[in-house]
Amino acid sequence: MTAPLLDAHRLVKRFGDFTAVNGIDVQVQPGEAFGFLGPNGAGKSSTMRMIACVSAPSEGSLHMFGLDAATHGAAIRARIGVVPQLDTLDTELSVQENLWLYGRFFDLSRAESKRRTKELLEFAQLSERADSIVDNLSGGMKRRLSIARSLINEPELLLLDEPTTGLDPQARHVLWDRLYRLKQQGVTLVLTTHYMDEAEQLCDRLVVMDQGRIVAEGSPRSLIEQYATREVLELRFAAGTNDQQTAALAGIGERQEVLPDRVLVYANDGEAALVQAHDRGARPESALVRRASLEDVFLLLTGRSLVD
Amino acid sequence: MATLAPRSLIGPLRVAEWHLLIYRRFWRMNVLSSFLQPMLYLLGLGVGVGSLVDANTSSSDTLGGVSYVAYVAPGLLVTTAMALCAAESMWPVMGGLKWQRGYHGIATTPLTATDIVLGHGLWMAVRGATAAAAVSVALALFPETRSWGLVPTVVVAALVGMAFAMPIMAFSINAEMDGGFAALQRFFIIPLFLFGGAFYPITQLPVVVQWLAKIPPLWHGVVVARGFTTGNIDWLATAGHLAYVCLWIAVGIVVSVRRLRRKLYP
Repeated sequence: MTAPLLDAHRLVKRFGDFTAVNGIDVQVQPGEAFGFLGPNGAGKSSTMRMIACVSAPSEGSLHMFGLDAATHGAAIRARIGVVPQLDTLDTELSVQENLWLYGRFFDLSRAESKRRTKELLEFAQLSERADSIVDNLSGGMKRRLSIARSLINEPELLLLDEPTTGLDPQARHVLWDRLYRLKQQGVTLVLTTHYMDEAEQLCDRLVVMDQGRIVAEGSPRSLIEQYATREVLELRFAAGTNDQQTAALAGIGERQEVLPDRVLVYANDGEAALVQAHDRGARPESALVRRASLEDVFLLLTGRSLVD
Repeated sequence: MATLAPRSLIGPLRVAEWHLLIYRRFWRMNVLSSFLQPMLYLLGLGVGVGSLVDANTSSSDTLGGVSYVAYVAPGLLVTTAMALCAAESMWPVMGGLKWQRGYHGIATTPLTATDIVLGHGLWMAVRGATAAAAVSVALALFPETRSWGLVPTVVVAALVGMAFAMPIMAFSINAEMDGGFAALQRFFIIPLFLFGGAFYPITQLPVVVQWLAKIPPLWHGVVVARGFTTGNIDWLATAGHLAYVCLWIAVGIVVSVRRLRRKLYP
């Protein structure tokens, strides 16, 4: 194993009395695509901000490229790209001005910044909109521009905080394709998301965070195998009657989860579980058997209660 | 990260370049208004009020033996820089942190909070100087206000601009909403415009108001600028006034950097 590109040990972030990140250990190898999953408020963004060297750890150690983040912030920032959760684009400037100017912040010469701007416009499929004012772009285009801009310094590590939140399905797929290409070029990706399909698509390895701690770690496949059954039976009952079904369903499969809109039965054989449920007198309005997904793991580990 | 000193002047220059690039989209509108407004004041007050003032011989003594237009001109130059740099350090600074969030974009590059603050200061100096230069060109057209003293006055205007820009930047960084800006304009900038020595010697005011008028940097800048344009220069006093103006700049920078660092790198 090579030296880790990112090495966090017992990392803590406090804001006053509130502990946002509560002692996490993370290592990311060069070339990996690594994900932080978790509900809102789990501490993902605080972790990302520490990794981006814009927020100092309250406790613990954080090393990037072998440099101590507490003392080498500017040097580390020169080697990473950051796609923040909220765009920080200059909406009054044109697409190419945004790229070119950002290159200048990384001390690129005018000519070099111009050359990379041209390349990145193509990469982000924005060449035709080069002179458009950013304010007039669609959400997907702005996101692609944010990613393009974060690549202007040819970073070894790209940080993406909820890169596709708020985008339509087409825009998300275009973005995933671009990120996949970067990964193939050897760029290390670290991202946060609360979309399970995004995590399954992009991440080699991920951690699930909840209340500032890491509650599980592994590849998407291994997490599903470890925490979920092979199949899941989804039952929908008349509205408001989910809680009354638990007695009838008790003991079927390995576990049941009552969600606001449906009841999940975790079983290795979903069809058999459905037959059992019918035999016990359950009369769902609809039933569906599917393979277990990362979402099931997520729901199990982070609890089903709605988190604001 | 703990030191106040920038790594080099490159960082502030890059930030100023950012402001310039945005300004290029709006400069026509901007130059016109920052030129027209002082011209209207100069015509309305200098010529209108001036004809009354100049007819009264005892007023001429109070004004140091110059015509009212010549007396008001340097005051307008400096107040123009003050008003411009004050406004440019309110909403745009809040925009950098809260609306467009450009400062947050810069925070993830190797540039630092110090670079952003000094870059803003540098840009304000340029804006203050160009606005004052535009007014100077117009003043040079008229024999009564034409003077080589207009050249150093541009520098004074730039310094006064920064002396307002930097403390106001510190205020804007910590402001939660933009409502405070209108109050700052109404209860600080406009009273200074009226009572800061631009239109009449502050010795005409009650002593308490005189002392209040001397606290902000405006009056000091106006006195120095007027010395240059009228040719009555007391060099020792000029040095003292300029040092006081620079003190405001320095304090504004230090507080701004501290506050911005806390906002950008929590």
